[in-house]
Amino acid sequence: MVHLMPSRPRVAIIGVGVYGPKHTIPELSFRELAFEAALRAYRDAGIDDPRRDIDAFIGCQEDFWEGIAIADEFIPEPIGGVLRPTFTVSGDGLQGVAQAYMLIRTGYFDVVSVEAHAKPSDIRTFDGIMELAFDPNYLRPVVPPNYHFYAALEAKAFMELAGATREDLALVVAKNKNIGLLNPRSISAAPVSPCDVLEAPMVSDPLTAMDIADPVDVGVVVVLASDDTVSRLGVEDRAVWIEGIGYGTETGSFERHEIGRAPSVRLASARALGEAGISNAFNELDFIETDDRYSFFEPLTLFEAGITQDPIKDLREGTFDPGGPLPVNLSGGSLSWGWPLEATGLLRLVHAIEFIRRNGGKGLAISWRGIPTYTSSAIVVSGEG
Amino acid sequence: MGSFQTKSKVSKPQNPGGHGLKENELWQLSGLIEYRPRAKYDFSAGQALGIFLEKLKEGKIVGSRCPRCGRIYVPPRSYCEYCLVPTIEIVEVPDTGTVHTAVISYIRTTRERMEKPEIVGIIRLDVPGYSTNEYEFAGLFHRLCGVTPEDVISGNVIGMKVRAKWKPPEKRKGSILDIECFEPLPAYGNP
Ligand SMILES: [Zn+2]
Repeated sequence: MVHLMPSRPRVAIIGVGVYGPKHTIPELSFRELAFEAALRAYRDAGIDDPRRDIDAFIGCQEDFWEGIAIADEFIPEPIGGVLRPTFTVSGDGLQGVAQAYMLIRTGYFDVVSVEAHAKPSDIRTFDGIMELAFDPNYLRPVVPPNYHFYAALEAKAFMELAGATREDLALVVAKNKNIGLLNPRSISAAPVSPCDVLEAPMVSDPLTAMDIADPVDVGVVVVLASDDTVSRLGVEDRAVWIEGIGYGTETGSFERHEIGRAPSVRLASARALGEAGISNAFNELDFIETDDRYSFFEPLTLFEAGITQDPIKDLREGTFDPGGPLPVNLSGGSLSWGWPLEATGLLRLVHAIEFIRRNGGKGLAISWRGIPTYTSSAIVVSGEG
Repeated sequence: MGSFQTKSKVSKPQNPGGHGLKENELWQLSGLIEYRPRAKYDFSAGQALGIFLEKLKEGKIVGSRCPRCGRIYVPPRSYCEYCLVPTIEIVEVPDTGTVHTAVISYIRTTRERMEKPEIVGIIRLDVPGYSTNEYEFAGLFHRLCGVTPEDVISGNVIGMKVRAKWKPPEKRKGSILDIECFEPLPAYGNP
């Protein structure tokens, strides 16, 4: 008996659309932000009629960020998903891309749209919302009023393990904020030196205000399609292929997690790099866009993804600078363009795609879901068809 | 093999089927934490709803028209969810309409009986030239006043002609509550 296996289509990202980011986008509602991003992405993808040509829609958001219970129900409408298959990923946008990727790999879906947005400027009690993420029975009574303490604990532990100093974190900040001056999406790029960072006001030792990315409003949509669709639409020139993708969660327990490490980044990257058939990431990748919502997280992810055993030594030697052997965060990273909540991973991916469209090559994007989560995702994208 | 026993105040569930704990029973549970979230937001109305709320101050209800399919959205949306195109044209619509459906609410979410039952419904607005069907029309959800619970129970309220009862201009704030309620229009042959 012959079993006909369904073919496993290759998957490309064929369209990206972004509205923002800005510290505040008061002129648009969150629905209008999603709509503006969707229009741009669908035009970029060469899709004439999104209501006909897109098979499924995925929104990525979290109710407490939105201030709306069951916020999923609001998202189909502005992105074309009314009366179509839609669902929500309550997580980072890159986790949503992983779901879209798998839908297309089944062979049942040809084109899938992934949306994520952030409207932190609508949240008046940002610290109150962050507090809700902590265990209610024993952690909330003891968490300090400034939630950045959580990242600072991780930063301290990482510095101890990696032999890093505050000067090293300042190198990351100065690198990314200077690169960001070339990215029109930057909201906090600046020609700063490491000294400026060290002198910036301390938020939670060892993190200064400059070591921490600003919350920003944004709408982002990306469109994924099967290889057949790429040919049918004739968008080979702008298609960027997904070579591998992964996501994972470590533990929900604050104390039992590997403090100063990021096993979720390790899991997600190993999966993505493995699927992409990459054995020597340092040599085979052309660039990396990685999570730097806190400065220390950039070298930590480079270690966990297996890029280098000594990210601090490499950082000091300029390995990750533009023009270096493996540039990291050529977009300026979150330290330049901000922290748009669950849209952070999607916006990071958009920068990776735009880089490949201009220069070709192969890149890795890594997104952490941020404090206080132990969830991360990673994706390998390539210009080779 | 010995059996494993725990010593605690509650050795086994009193009622495995479940029953509500009384206030004093609740507080005997060890480690119970009372928590009040600090969750405040300033929701941006955006372009379309922003115009809608502004116009309510003037005693006007507006919608937006889709340039492609002609649907009119009340309250206005800045896009047509069916055609996925921007709806640029804002149109004023009448503040009269027909009750499409209505219900009586007797108790609060927390189950206390309300002194006066509240009647709310969906009003299909009289938008000229707009072809409607059973499921799709330009309409608003609002309170109904001047309607008795008997009207609702009997079904007489369905199809009733109603008009917005506006707050006096000086009390309007750009809120959906600038319309107090929709009330029956006797001139249209209501009972
Ligand atoms: Zn339309």
